[in-house]
Amino acid sequence: MSRVPVPVTDQASPVVRRSLGVGRVLIIVYAILAIGATSRAVYQLVTIYSSARVPITLSAVSGVVYIVATLALLLRGPAWYRVAWITISFELLGVLVVGTLSLLDPALFAGSAKVSFGTVWSYYGIGYLFIPLVLPVLGMLWLRSRRDRAVDESAGA
Amino acid sequence: MIEWYTVIEVAIATAAGVLCVVLGLFRVKPNDLSMGATALVELVLLGQLGIAIAAPLVGNSPTGSIVEFYIYLIVALILPLLAGFWALVERDRWATVVLGVACLAIAVMMVRMNIIWTVQIA
Repeated sequence: MSRVPVPVTDQASPVVRRSLGVGRVLIIVYAILAIGATSRAVYQLVTIYSSARVPITLSAVSGVVYIVATLALLLRGPAWYRVAWITISFELLGVLVVGTLSLLDPALFAGSAKVSFGTVWSYYGIGYLFIPLVLPVLGMLWLRSRRDRAVDESAGA
Repeated sequence: MIEWYTVIEVAIATAAGVLCVVLGLFRVKPNDLSMGATALVELVLLGQLGIAIAAPLVGNSPTGSIVEFYIYLIVALILPLLAGFWALVERDRWATVVLGVACLAIAVMMVRMNIIWTVQIA
């Protein structure tokens, strides 16, 4: 009777999920950005790709990276934790580089007038309310706060 | 799109969004109020879908890309379902905030859909 019930961490995912906490908000914003950027990029790839290859390719790449980042934030385990860091760093780099380039040389990403709002990252994400600029930073802060847990999981696994 | 309906739509989505975010920050778990507000946004979006289908038939056609418009509309229609489902699966206060964020995103998408329908930058 004194036997301590084995903690069923895997099935009892509410325990783990609850610790997502504020991260859930982060994840839904990532998900919305991922769906939005990807669906627009697919539409542009199919219809007007030849008119603006650079921005549309860039949009497609960023969309896919947002999808991977969303999954990496949602899923558990040290591997996904690493993937989350990589994708989120890539996003921060993307928004900073493309944002700066779009300011220095607007023609580079302007493409055609049909590509309304440019890429996700143009002008530091102004077409998406600067969310692409703020999100990676928040994502990194959240990942850092979860570092201990990611290490525990890798030790336990 | 019909202008007055768009205005109402954006107003409802924004109000529902702010309501849910505030409720969530006050640690309220998803309840009838926040779920109801999100459901209302979904209903309003279904109305928009009806309008988008009917409007071109009476001569009110989009000046921009109809395909791009529908991509926005379909994603907007999916969002409350996604957020609502997640809120039902895990009922913590952050689920309420998630509902709000989805509604606010829909408000922004509505504005952009209206631009696609009416204003062309070229």
